[in-house]
Amino acid sequence: MRKRKMSAWRSAAAICALLLTAAGCGSGNDDDKGGHAPDKLGKGEGKVNIIAWAGYAEDGSNDPKVDWVHPFEKKTGCQVNTKTAGTSDEMVSLMKTGQYDTVSASGDATLRLIASGDAAPVNTKLVPNYRDIFPALKQQPFNSKDGRMYGIPHGRGANLLMYRTDKVTSAPDSWRAVFDDAARYDGHVTAYDSPIYIADAALYLMQAKPSLGIKNPYALDQKQLDAAVALLKKQHKAVGEYWSDYQKEITAFKGGDSVIGTTWQVIANLTKAEKAPVKAVLPKEGATGWSDTWMVSAKAEHPNCAYKWLDWIVSPKVNAQVAEYFGEAPSNRKACAETSAPDHCAIFHADDEKYFQRVHFWTTPIKQCLDGRKDADCTDYAQWTRAWTEVKG
Amino acid sequence: MPAAPTPGSRLRLTALLAPPLLWLTLAYLGSLAVLLLSAFWATDSFTSDVVRTWNTDNFHELLTTPVYRTIALRTLSIAAAVTVVDALLALPMAFFMARVAGRGWRRPLLVAVLTPLWAGYLVKAYAWRVMLGENGVVGAALAPFGLHGPGYGTTAVVIVLAYLWLPYMILPVYAALERLPERMLEASADLGAGTWRTLRSVVLPAVRPAVLAGSVFTFSLSLGDYLTVQIVGGKTQLLGNVIASQVTLDLPMAAALSAVPVVLIVCYLAAVRRAGALDSL
Amino acid sequence: MRISRTARVALCCVTAAGLAIVYVPLLLVLLNSVNTDRSFGWPPSGFTGRWWRAALHSEGARQALLTSLKAGLAATAIALVLGTLAAYAVHRHRFFGRRTVSFLLVLPIALPGIVSGIALNAAFRTVLDPIGIGFGLFTVVVGHATFCVVIVFNNVGARLRRIAPSLAEASADLGARPWQTFRYVTFPAMRSALFAGGLLAFALSFDEIVVTTFTAGPGTRTLPIWIYENLARPHQAPVVNVVAALLILASVIPVYIAQRLSSDTAGGRL
Repeated sequence: MRKRKMSAWRSAAAICALLLTAAGCGSGNDDDKGGHAPDKLGKGEGKVNIIAWAGYAEDGSNDPKVDWVHPFEKKTGCQVNTKTAGTSDEMVSLMKTGQYDTVSASGDATLRLIASGDAAPVNTKLVPNYRDIFPALKQQPFNSKDGRMYGIPHGRGANLLMYRTDKVTSAPDSWRAVFDDAARYDGHVTAYDSPIYIADAALYLMQAKPSLGIKNPYALDQKQLDAAVALLKKQHKAVGEYWSDYQKEITAFKGGDSVIGTTWQVIANLTKAEKAPVKAVLPKEGATGWSDTWMVSAKAEHPNCAYKWLDWIVSPKVNAQVAEYFGEAPSNRKACAETSAPDHCAIFHADDEKYFQRVHFWTTPIKQCLDGRKDADCTDYAQWTRAWTEVKG
Repeated sequence: MPAAPTPGSRLRLTALLAPPLLWLTLAYLGSLAVLLLSAFWATDSFTSDVVRTWNTDNFHELLTTPVYRTIALRTLSIAAAVTVVDALLALPMAFFMARVAGRGWRRPLLVAVLTPLWAGYLVKAYAWRVMLGENGVVGAALAPFGLHGPGYGTTAVVIVLAYLWLPYMILPVYAALERLPERMLEASADLGAGTWRTLRSVVLPAVRPAVLAGSVFTFSLSLGDYLTVQIVGGKTQLLGNVIASQVTLDLPMAAALSAVPVVLIVCYLAAVRRAGALDSL
Repeated sequence: MRISRTARVALCCVTAAGLAIVYVPLLLVLLNSVNTDRSFGWPPSGFTGRWWRAALHSEGARQALLTSLKAGLAATAIALVLGTLAAYAVHRHRFFGRRTVSFLLVLPIALPGIVSGIALNAAFRTVLDPIGIGFGLFTVVVGHATFCVVIVFNNVGARLRRIAPSLAEASADLGARPWQTFRYVTFPAMRSALFAGGLLAFALSFDEIVVTTFTAGPGTRTLPIWIYENLARPHQAPVVNVVAALLILASVIPVYIAQRLSSDTAGGRL
């Protein structure tokens, strides 16, 4: 019996060794990180693999009226395979598999993809529609490096403060309502379930506690992070639930399980359409927000089709369709003329740069302080993730 | 009884065992080994790339950070609570179905218990979300008694998990009770045992392995769940959630965290195996 | 055993209450599939057939259903072969580590799906990827088959425990070759157990989401994945509800058939 066990262990060890060798072999490429942007495009490869947020690459299979994938396939001959990702972290890990050509990454993923060399710089000359992208979205810290664009901006939105008008009687105009005053709505506060939400607390502390010296909610040194975490832990006591998808947030506000918390404009609109008494505001401190970028994988097997997709998805008509379906501000200024609701761009503040100046777009926190401080070490995303686990307890 | 080994039967045995064991070792145990080995690797905190330098930092962090202990204990108690609730529900239900209900009723009752297994895990969890909400069905049903629904949180997680895994408990218990020969019960009665005595001395020992077998499902499925918690758990986080949140960012840490449920379940399986539970799965 | 009338009534009540609790959420799903309210608000604000019409025209749901059927059937087929072999080895032979086999077989289902999922994902990436096999339906099938084996193993094992080995021995004594014994004696006795085991294995595969998430490639979308994606999508939740309602209604058929076919084993065993 004992002998047999031993041999079983030995064979298991042999298999492990084998697998390890295989693993070692797979990682042996140390070539130039990030790859190169092509100078010109060739013929389409007949296929493109996409990672997208739900609603970004609709092929009519969910709603026959919502389809911009089939027209693309017809026009370019590139067959589209879409993988829907639920979170930015999932997008990063999917991109690491090297099976995908392009991704609609948010700012909390883009820098990581650039740094790890998973995303390649993009030659914007090969994307004719890039011309019409709002200038404020070009060459941003979350989508470029050393003056080179690493993707094509897709759309943007702010993380707003939503509340039920029947339960929250004095209209809040500050994030104070979900932080220092959270206890008032004990058990009914909601917050976005992601480490990046720490930036919301930091944003509030920027003004509530100037002594901390926070200049950029994504550049926190250890002391500043600790302050944000302490604030979030206090908020945790009053939180009913954390949300990460539309449906959860809508049902919670509709049923009254949540009465105040962060939201996206589109969720506010959908909840209102469900006849729930809610209102969404951009508080006086400003807000965090997202700006998505279509990036190309450094290991893209179908780069030509990927570029064709980039140009297609930000073309005025398609950009308008996506923006309306998903509920965000389009990135192409010509898209505003193409929306079926004439006031879409007004509602989502698409061309309102004053509005977006108050929005701090998601950016991956890194060791090197993003606010330009040289004398301090900032906390990185891994530390934020751990802190977020702590906050939720 | 199994035949004693002869050269011919040994050959046949090898032929029988080789394919399933090869599959299991290559596809599953090999994968687990890859995962657990990667727990000793590190992650570049910025790029989330795995760095293959051997170290035990992840385990060190796992053991020294109090929040992980809290989460592990919470997960363990929820899994235990779900198992107890399911056992308490399954025993009387299975007993009724197998020994009390008329013969003609048994099959329809069993079908009724099994059907929900097909209804889709997510959909059922979401249905409970609607039921447990502030203005949900449960709240509405309890309101006349001056009671309040449990809302979203750990209680809700226990309720929904117990609901989801109940059929997995009822089935083995039912099978065990149905197999119980009537003669044995009669003999017990002939020996002067009352109903309770028979239940305690004859029926319970007979269903014990079955309950344990069912508990393998209720316990381990609850231990690893992370979707139900997301849907009805409010702000609760369990081991599964922490692993899921680390997977994409820091695979080595996720692997180290995975070791916790793996160890717990292997211990649990080893314990129930002694009681013969794996034979009555 | 004598069971008093009161006890019978009490047991009946517990069972009825238990079943009622089991079915209330399912009824709610059915009800919500005709609820005008998009976010399943309670009580329903009105009734509509809109979602049913939308779901019946949903290409995505149909494709996902097809993928799920393919994955389930393939995984079940593999599980049937491997599970039966293992059951025969364990129940008809005596060897060292017999109980370890059943222990190993139960591991894939007992360990959390997320652990199995990321383990398979890591392994596929390091082993299959370099040799050019990407993630797709194939990897999903491998993942599903792994945890389905134990179901078949248990069902077949339970049946083997009841069929006396003497039956096969008698067949051999009468001059039948092992294959003939299997074909004419053992297999007919096993058929219903195989069917019940296969059906449960299929059900398990059909409803699996966690392992699937980590083993599916681009464009591989099983029904649970489709449901998960669409629950998080604007405008889609009611359509998902209709699909679920359809599944509930359709599920009675396979379960009932399974019960009919395996009348002597209490139906499927886990």
